[in-house]
Amino acid sequence: MTQGPATPAAPAHATVAITVNGRLHHRTVEPRTTLVDFLRETLGLTGSHVGCEHDVCGACAVLLDGDPVRACCIFAVQADGMSVTTVEGLAPERGEFSALQDAFCEAHALQCGYCTPGMLIACHDLLARNPNPDEEAIREAIGGNLCRCTGYQQIVDAVELAAAGKVAVHG
Amino acid sequence: MKAAPFAYMHPESLEQALEALTQHGADAKLIAGGQSLVPMMAIRLTRPACLVDVNRLPELRGITAAGPQHLRTGATTRQRDLQEHLELARLVPLIGAALHWVGHVQTRNRGTVGGSLVHADPAAELPLAALLLNARIHLRSQAMGERTVQASDFFISPMFTATGETECVTAIEWPVWDGPGIACAFEETATRQGDFAIAAAACQLQLDAAGICRRAAVGLGGMAGTPLAFPDLAGKLVGQRVTRAPARDIAEVAVRRTDPGSDLHADPEYRRHLAAVLLTRVLLRAAATAAPALVA
Ligand code: FES
Ligand code: FES
Repeated sequence: MTQGPATPAAPAHATVAITVNGRLHHRTVEPRTTLVDFLRETLGLTGSHVGCEHDVCGACAVLLDGDPVRACCIFAVQADGMSVTTVEGLAPERGEFSALQDAFCEAHALQCGYCTPGMLIACHDLLARNPNPDEEAIREAIGGNLCRCTGYQQIVDAVELAAAGKVAVHG
Repeated sequence: MKAAPFAYMHPESLEQALEALTQHGADAKLIAGGQSLVPMMAIRLTRPACLVDVNRLPELRGITAAGPQHLRTGATTRQRDLQEHLELARLVPLIGAALHWVGHVQTRNRGTVGGSLVHADPAAELPLAALLLNARIHLRSQAMGERTVQASDFFISPMFTATGETECVTAIEWPVWDGPGIACAFEETATRQGDFAIAAAACQLQLDAAGICRRAAVGLGGMAGTPLAFPDLAGKLVGQRVTRAPARDIAEVAVRRTDPGSDLHADPEYRRHLAAVLLTRVLLRAAATAAPALVA
């Protein structure tokens, strides 16, 4: 048997510095730790959900340097030096809701809530880029997020409500 | 599921990345957008011992002119950046037409053009666009240096390309068709938009002022182990008007040359039917866009 190329040494842990919702965190991670596991298990931010864990459902969506991505398909080591916003970071203050979150309550845009963090991230990004989206734009924006409860219509309604600025404030 | 353990490297130059590939061979895997690789690692379809991250190498990123006839996209240029690039939309509109069907905002923010090509899913859209235009794929390795492969020689079988174990795709050069009367169209059917196609069809046409076809390229995705292009059938369109009858004829011949698989969503017969409908449709749509007054 011929000697193959040297197999890389056992996976070392890596140190990362990741800003999450405005706060810088230094942690040591195993390379295979996904960003969503890092958020949930290392930082205890359990707002982002893990549905499929392989790029299908969108429940794990976060903003990475401002753009929505699926946090199950990025390893935490890859986000070193970057900035992440999770669903916990969408509200203006602790204990408050953003207008979009209020609209989700108002329009009954969630039932079990499993898809909701991903939906909120996707819709938040949409409204940031396009404050007056039509229905097609909304459906395109949430096209990568599966919801097994609402049938999507109430989510579309909620985004329209938030865009129109007609939302009652919930606490 | 979680990926198996691996060692992570983030080289600071392409040279270092190539060095890592040379050293670790089949144990190492390049990672860019990770939108195909990470899911495959998560379900343990693949378990590389070492990941070489090329996301932060500026030399692999960006969209630039490559002479008058080509537009160059660096391998790790994100799909979202391709979509938002106005010059690219003007010079190689087929890329944008294909990307309309690729994934979702969240995956296009990470997914890269080179990643789509090397992953080589037979139903993926960017490989079909690259094959249709016969793009030039630039590869680099320590052993072979720089080489280019035409898209027609690049896709070999499902998830298998001409890229060697120690090679990195560095850029893709897309042929620019110039002159008036050029239009393209891309259509597919998938279970939800953004998923891989059950069948996909694409074409690019150039019509003269009289509505006669001067140049044509047609192809199908999801219908064999690789995307398929039909230069000889496209050639038959040249010199005639692209109306329903010739479009339908070409589509019928094209689908007879396919070898589609069977799965939960569609059997081969249905896929062929679908592909013929889609191919006819893209031809008529592109013709109508290229010379709206003449076709309407
Ligand atoms: S958990 Fe990330 S896409 Fe499903
Ligand atoms: S509210 Fe239950 S999955 Fe969307």
